[in-house]
Amino acid sequence: MKLYTKKAHELHDLLVNKEISAAELVRAQAERIEAAEPKVQAFITRTLDDAMAQAAKVDAKIAAGEAIGPLEGIPMALKDNMCTDGVRTTCASKILHNFVPPYDATVVTKLKEAGAILMGKCNMDEFAMGSSTENSRFFATRNPWDIERVPGGSSGGSAAAVAAGQAVFTLGSDTGGSIRQPAAFCGVVGMKPTYGAVSRFGLVAFASSLDQIGPFTRDVRDNARVMNAIAGYDLKDSTSAPVDYPDYEALLGQSVKGWRIGLPKEYFGEGIDPEVKAVIEKAVKVLEGLGAEIGECSLPHTEYALPVYYLIAPAEASSNLARYDGVRYGYRSEEAPDLITMFKKTRAEGFGEEVKRRIMLGTYALSSGYYDAYYLKAQKVRTLIKGDFDQAYEKFDVLLSPTSPTVAFKFGDRTDNPLQMYLSDICTLSVNLAGIPALNINAGFANGLPVGLQLMGKAFDEAKLLQLAYAYEQATGCHSQTPDLGV
Amino acid sequence: MSLTKDEVQHVAMLARLELSDKEVEKYTTQLNDILGYAQRLQALDTANVPPTAHVFPLQNVMRDDCVDPSMAREKILANAPDEEDGFFRVPKIV
Amino acid sequence: MNNETMQMERDFDFEIVMGLEVHVELHTKSKIFCGCTTEFGGDQNTHVCPVCLGLPGVLPVLNKQVVDYAMKAGLALNCEIAEFSKFDRKNYFYPDLPKAYQVSQYDLPIAKDGYLDIEVGGNPKRIGITRVHMEEDAGKLVHGGAANLAGAEYSMADYNRTGVPLIEIVSEPDIRSIEEAVAYLERLKAILEYTEVSDCKMEQGSLRCDANVSLRPWGQKEFGTKAELKNMNSFKALQRALEYEVERQAEILRDGGKILQETRMWDEAKGMTISLRSKEEAHDYRYFPEPDLVPLVISREWVDRVKATLPEMPHVRKERLVHTYGLPAYDAGIITGSKAMADYFDSACKAFGVDTPSGVEADDKAKERAKQISNYMMGELTRLLNASEFGYLNSPVTPENLVGLLQLLEAGTISTKIAKTVFEDMFATGKPAKAIVEEKGLVQISDEGAIASIVRDILTANPSVVADFKAGKEKAMGFLVGQAMKATKGKANPGLVNKLLKEELEKL
Repeated sequence: MKLYTKKAHELHDLLVNKEISAAELVRAQAERIEAAEPKVQAFITRTLDDAMAQAAKVDAKIAAGEAIGPLEGIPMALKDNMCTDGVRTTCASKILHNFVPPYDATVVTKLKEAGAILMGKCNMDEFAMGSSTENSRFFATRNPWDIERVPGGSSGGSAAAVAAGQAVFTLGSDTGGSIRQPAAFCGVVGMKPTYGAVSRFGLVAFASSLDQIGPFTRDVRDNARVMNAIAGYDLKDSTSAPVDYPDYEALLGQSVKGWRIGLPKEYFGEGIDPEVKAVIEKAVKVLEGLGAEIGECSLPHTEYALPVYYLIAPAEASSNLARYDGVRYGYRSEEAPDLITMFKKTRAEGFGEEVKRRIMLGTYALSSGYYDAYYLKAQKVRTLIKGDFDQAYEKFDVLLSPTSPTVAFKFGDRTDNPLQMYLSDICTLSVNLAGIPALNINAGFANGLPVGLQLMGKAFDEAKLLQLAYAYEQATGCHSQTPDLGV
Repeated sequence: MSLTKDEVQHVAMLARLELSDKEVEKYTTQLNDILGYAQRLQALDTANVPPTAHVFPLQNVMRDDCVDPSMAREKILANAPDEEDGFFRVPKIV
Repeated sequence: MNNETMQMERDFDFEIVMGLEVHVELHTKSKIFCGCTTEFGGDQNTHVCPVCLGLPGVLPVLNKQVVDYAMKAGLALNCEIAEFSKFDRKNYFYPDLPKAYQVSQYDLPIAKDGYLDIEVGGNPKRIGITRVHMEEDAGKLVHGGAANLAGAEYSMADYNRTGVPLIEIVSEPDIRSIEEAVAYLERLKAILEYTEVSDCKMEQGSLRCDANVSLRPWGQKEFGTKAELKNMNSFKALQRALEYEVERQAEILRDGGKILQETRMWDEAKGMTISLRSKEEAHDYRYFPEPDLVPLVISREWVDRVKATLPEMPHVRKERLVHTYGLPAYDAGIITGSKAMADYFDSACKAFGVDTPSGVEADDKAKERAKQISNYMMGELTRLLNASEFGYLNSPVTPENLVGLLQLLEAGTISTKIAKTVFEDMFATGKPAKAIVEEKGLVQISDEGAIASIVRDILTANPSVVADFKAGKEKAMGFLVGQAMKATKGKANPGLVNKLLKEELEKL
């Protein structure tokens, strides 16, 4: 039995029916990580000892005839920017290479309570800045569908681990597409929830007004299941939304007949790879066949999303990353004769090139005399971008687009030109600026590489996105393919 | 609007980043590219548009004034690059 | 130009222009954004958690009491309370600032446009309050290998104070003399103590004062270049630092020099201000709205709720003491200068049965009693408190015990002179007057027969003094009274002694 291709809901049934034990599952998962890791390189830290202890507890519970929760005993992994008490959390940065948090992020607490078993911490672009995971200070993660290619980013390790069967599910974070784009490149389901739906407490901040945590899974049901575990109001996060959160999994399986789906024309224009476009158009036909009503719409300020994002996110990042100064934790330069030299050397040596570039950009955008022209202007245009979506949702329930203009690209393809790299995020950035939820599912393949379909919803309409995706998945079986790593 | 090398140096100082001459050169070019691209925002009339700082319109999120236990000092200091007698130690300031 | 200004012009060749920025630690139980205690002291880094240490990933949650207190202070300073207020990040690097930004308020402070009335040399003056805003305090640095920053080989950071809530109160540049600056700070401190938003302990750093100081030639409209003075941790330091700085600037200007806009630190030991300016320290705080906190929208009802908790303010209370009890304005001013002292007075009046509703004039008897209380407080009690570690809040002599003593005096049980000794004992032991009087047998002798017998003995023993008296030397009477008091160890009722002496002398 190839356990590593199974979904959480399938494994749960196997555990409940005592066809496998949690210990067997964890051991099999560890073996799979071991086998795939030389090719994929998804993990920065592995936590096998803790995982085996956890599994023993779950097995004891099952043996005692107690009921187990829907994620209990399920092996999972986390992007290495979520704080785990006693487990190194690096953000793939030299500046945090030795940082061991003394506390758990709220999502970690919730998953622990749900009984999910942590297998390790996943690679990422340093401080979540990047679209390829090439910006990790440790090593690059490879795309399980073609190890010559990037897994996307910044949550590349989390996406690749799920695709490669190294974890049943993982969490990533999405500031401008960092869950959806790697999910698209790796052919897995990735949800960027509404801003405020999942607590950010314990997520190492990149851009506070844009960051959201969300799950990577092998199918939509699992995604709904993990969302059930992690979504909800948190007193520790002042931007957490005090609303009612539905049972996402229970809502799956309903008809999508009559649902109005909008295709924003700006997302289908120039720059979209024709093969990607063809796969998406085919997917649209499938949804139409399921009874959905398809129409075109416009998000007229889309072209401004990129500059708005690349002013707001670096500005917030420049402030969020100022605390890495070598005083209280993390890396400190050997060369520290005085305070100012210590600060400057520590940060120069501790941060990688892309992080420094964004700190520079953000510092400049906030500096005296430029605030109004850059940061404030960007915040105003952000209002217009959000307004575009509000208008579109007057006519449509869900908007649909490609997740990325292209399939996964090759290593080194875009590292020379930062602006070119930033352009690979154009389909995903607006969603973060508007704070709305969006889901990537695999729509099919182009030249053997996964093509991601993005569904965007109204704020707190995750359930609708999951229902629509579930209907599509059931109709196409698109989730059943897994990459062959030859291991 | 174009950024000079001196301005890049000044920004690096504000951000406490030591940059080599080569890096200053590179960042000057790249930041100018990105900021040049951002210039297209200026074409939009936003005179009557309020800024969005938070997408979800929450207000008055507060907690009651209650004391929670602090963290044990060993844990607080566990990650310190340098410590002495329960303090975080840093190099001389001036 | 009025007389006062002309007088000052003769005294000094420049007009002084000052504004004060006062940081006040709010007296909350927990810190502004986390649950750590705000208690002063404690071993280094023991009042710290991941949030106030600014560990990666942590988020702030605002303490509601901080908002209420900031609003209360704003109202007490006659400010407008903002309907919409928010927090911003002030970015700068320093090892006492764990996040490398201070959460503060930039363009939308909680309160603005207020004022505070002071009095200098009997002249009233109104000083504008520009704004009151909330922010978090930084930690403390201890310098190793030297007494202060300069010369230290290394520094050590303690983050216990990090995140203690502060309000910053910024005045308009309305202050025109050092006396006004001191009066402003005194009055501000009194008002804040009244509102009980802070304990205002300057020695513990819970009230800290910075000053913007500039000079200009008399008659010039434009402000001169200002220096910002920091680190004045007592009234004395404020006075001395301002005196030093004003003279420093005046000397430069007299020599035709230019004042540099800079930050200067008051060095108490050296008795001078020292420039803190460094070319590495270009100030650009890059303020932007704090994305981790949501805005405050303050309703009328919320403001009214806080307003209802405001106590009677010092000037109103002073008027009441003058009107109700007929206290001299000077005395009432001193008593109401501190809330603790004023509360003591009111408690004592109540214990003495003379508490009188505001707006009503007390009867003469009550006025007399209030005056007795006031006299004791302004004299003996203040003297003893000042010489001790106690204050009016924790005075060893409670208001009730003070009244107990005054009642013994009023009843003639003890003499005024004995009362002074008893009071000292009360202060030292905390015991009520009656207990001390009984223990030590200090009850006044008011038995006419007993005193008459003593008086007769004294007259017999001092014939020459009696002769002097008969010869018209009034002073001799004093001597005889003294002898009688001495013979009774001060316990004889002085009134009776006088009366009986006169009677006996007439008989001779």
